[in-house]
Amino acid sequence: MSALSQIAAVSAMNIRSLPQRAGTSSVVVIGIAGVVAVLISVLAMSTGFIRTLQKTGPANRAMVVRTGASAELVSVLTNEAALAVADSAGVKKGSDGRPLASPETLLVMNLSKKDGDDASAPFRGLTQDGFAVHPEIKITSGRSFRPGVNEMIVGKAAQRLYKGLDLGAHIKLFDSTWTVVGTFASDGTGRESELIADQQTLNSAYHRGNSLQSVWVILDPRGGFQTFKDAVTTNPQLQVDVSTEKDFSARQASNISNILKFVAYVVGGIMAIGAVFGALNTMYSAVSTRSREIATLRAIGFGPAPVVVSVFVEALLLALIGGAIGASLAWLVFNGHSVDTLGGGFGGQLIFDLAVTPGLVAQGIIWACVIGVVGGLFPAIRAARLPVATALRAV
Amino acid sequence: MKYFFLIWAGLWRKKTRTILTMLSIIVAFLLFGLLQGINQGIKSGSSETGNHRLWTAPRMSGISSIPVSLMDQMLTIKGVLNVAHFSFFGGYYQDAKNALPAFATNVDKLAILYPELNITKAQIAAMQATRSGALIGRRLARKYGWKIGDKVPVGTTIWTNSDGSNNWAFDVVGIFDPTPQFDRSPLGSAFWINYDYWDEARKFDKHRVHQFFEQIDDPQKAAQIAAQIDRLSANSPDETRTQTENAALQSQLKRLADINFIANSIVGAVMFTLLFLTANTMMQSVRERIPELAVLKTLGFTGNTVSVLVMIESLMLCVFAALIGLACSAGAMKVIGAVLGPIRLLPIVVVSGIAIAVALAIVSGLPPALRAQRLNIVDALAGR
Repeated sequence: MSALSQIAAVSAMNIRSLPQRAGTSSVVVIGIAGVVAVLISVLAMSTGFIRTLQKTGPANRAMVVRTGASAELVSVLTNEAALAVADSAGVKKGSDGRPLASPETLLVMNLSKKDGDDASAPFRGLTQDGFAVHPEIKITSGRSFRPGVNEMIVGKAAQRLYKGLDLGAHIKLFDSTWTVVGTFASDGTGRESELIADQQTLNSAYHRGNSLQSVWVILDPRGGFQTFKDAVTTNPQLQVDVSTEKDFSARQASNISNILKFVAYVVGGIMAIGAVFGALNTMYSAVSTRSREIATLRAIGFGPAPVVVSVFVEALLLALIGGAIGASLAWLVFNGHSVDTLGGGFGGQLIFDLAVTPGLVAQGIIWACVIGVVGGLFPAIRAARLPVATALRAV
Repeated sequence: MKYFFLIWAGLWRKKTRTILTMLSIIVAFLLFGLLQGINQGIKSGSSETGNHRLWTAPRMSGISSIPVSLMDQMLTIKGVLNVAHFSFFGGYYQDAKNALPAFATNVDKLAILYPELNITKAQIAAMQATRSGALIGRRLARKYGWKIGDKVPVGTTIWTNSDGSNNWAFDVVGIFDPTPQFDRSPLGSAFWINYDYWDEARKFDKHRVHQFFEQIDDPQKAAQIAAQIDRLSANSPDETRTQTENAALQSQLKRLADINFIANSIVGAVMFTLLFLTANTMMQSVRERIPELAVLKTLGFTGNTVSVLVMIESLMLCVFAALIGLACSAGAMKVIGAVLGPIRLLPIVVVSGIAIAVALAIVSGLPPALRAQRLNIVDALAGR
């Protein structure tokens, strides 16, 4: 018999006897499922976070903040600066000939989440021109706010997270009362975590005068980003930093997603070590219950290789089942599950959905296979070294 | 006790299996100790004196300011001993990437509110003598190599000073050495500047601060005093929200992530897996020894004694391994603590860990113990 057909024969026999060892075998399956589920869930948090921050509006959009501002919230610009930015070369003109530029205020407002905890929601002030620069913002119910009136529209993620943001609800803010007049969606970008109101009205509610945080512009396709950047950075009137929206968001994302990755790999790694011990235990006992069978095979002429491979195949098969269960568990329970966090330089609470991507599932399955291989290695070696005569005599 | 060696021998009947089972229990309790330790450590994160401190912040928005004049009104409330305040200056040193934790304060009161910062009388006097002075935490000073007498230029993205520029400069008049617990905290590694100097020089938001710290005489009355403080500004545009320091820190952390939930779900998953594994090992071990147990019964051991022997074996395995795991986590926390600031294994985590280990032992030892008790000698010896 060729080596390959020996391997196939022994492995098939082995797998057919798996149901008899269901109890011990399930230790490998459940152990690995646990590791993979935890690993994928925490990484899904990181992936979802990055995805929300990286999902941006039109690709030809740039933003301007005060020199050195690491986040929108700590940037302060004057009205004059905003006008100078809007008039710079490289900014696309709208159909009415005016530059497509949106001076914006970003503030935060304390709200109660539906689970009772406090959080600070980002509150953005836009002029009516702002919607031309942010075409992805679409009113899904109600209407938009009117200038000069204490009205706001709320992102759909914010509306889900916080208490009292239903259409028509009144919210007290300092010495004024605001009304929620609409809900908006924005293609799943971070903006859906925000509240938006008229800039001037919002500024006066916060006693902010004319100060702004950022200016967002649509770039003229003829010049591109570089033309705009050169125009703004060489203007002696301006002390500002320019970046494309994508770059700015990517910078905000790295910190938190690195922490999440660290947690996933450390906790997942420790759990994986535990699972390796469990798998070793199971495979050793599988080998020991099959020792007579293995010895018989060796006695009738099977080589050590088919025996080793059969143990590996069993371990890998169990690991794969475990990995699949873990991955589907993570996907069923957490995919699309909404969480929120403060930080990443984003003003206030950012709401995002966990994303269990095919890449993460593949990663989980790879971990499962590694655990299976390590857990199968030593028992397989023991199986191959089993002294035939002693094993046959053993009761 | 006289059966100790019998149990011990049973435990080591199959060395590999026992060691592997112990190792997985150790790993599980290492993870349990770490996650619960960090979780509990954060919950009780601040010092004892933290109970004597209240924090007052603007109610509506974390980035708003409140009038500094509230301070005098607070001092009229019975039970409020001292009030310090703090305002976010931010800024950066040399390059925008070097963000600076700079805050404006009234240093003399800050030193009273936070004795943990170890700000000396001489340093307070130096700050009062030099209006543009800065008092810097040891860690921050070491990072940039600043020493007393240095003039530190600070850029800011927010505050314009009286000559219309965004460039400020402060004179280092002192470097303080906070307690280890505060060494890495925002307050302990801060760049403190004089509020009076800053308020006079800045262009907008004058006479307003971002937060107050109040020292109170009796932590029992914290809720009542907090309510009184908030009443000072009720129905004004500058409403405040006052909490104990511990409550405020906890709510800040919760905004970052619900660590409690994450830690508990992971520990839940680990414990479930572990229970499965240990129960399996115990059952297998008893199954293999059925003829031996039958011999014991033949020799006159009662069913109850045999089942107790099995239970104790399971208890020894679980509790011993759990203790090693918890000890490992205490060691690991020392390493992590060097990076994240002090966290330690609290007694409550150790106690609940041992309780879980006992529960694990009972759940996984009970079925085989019952089986051992009901064993029919004749059948067992015949291998039926």
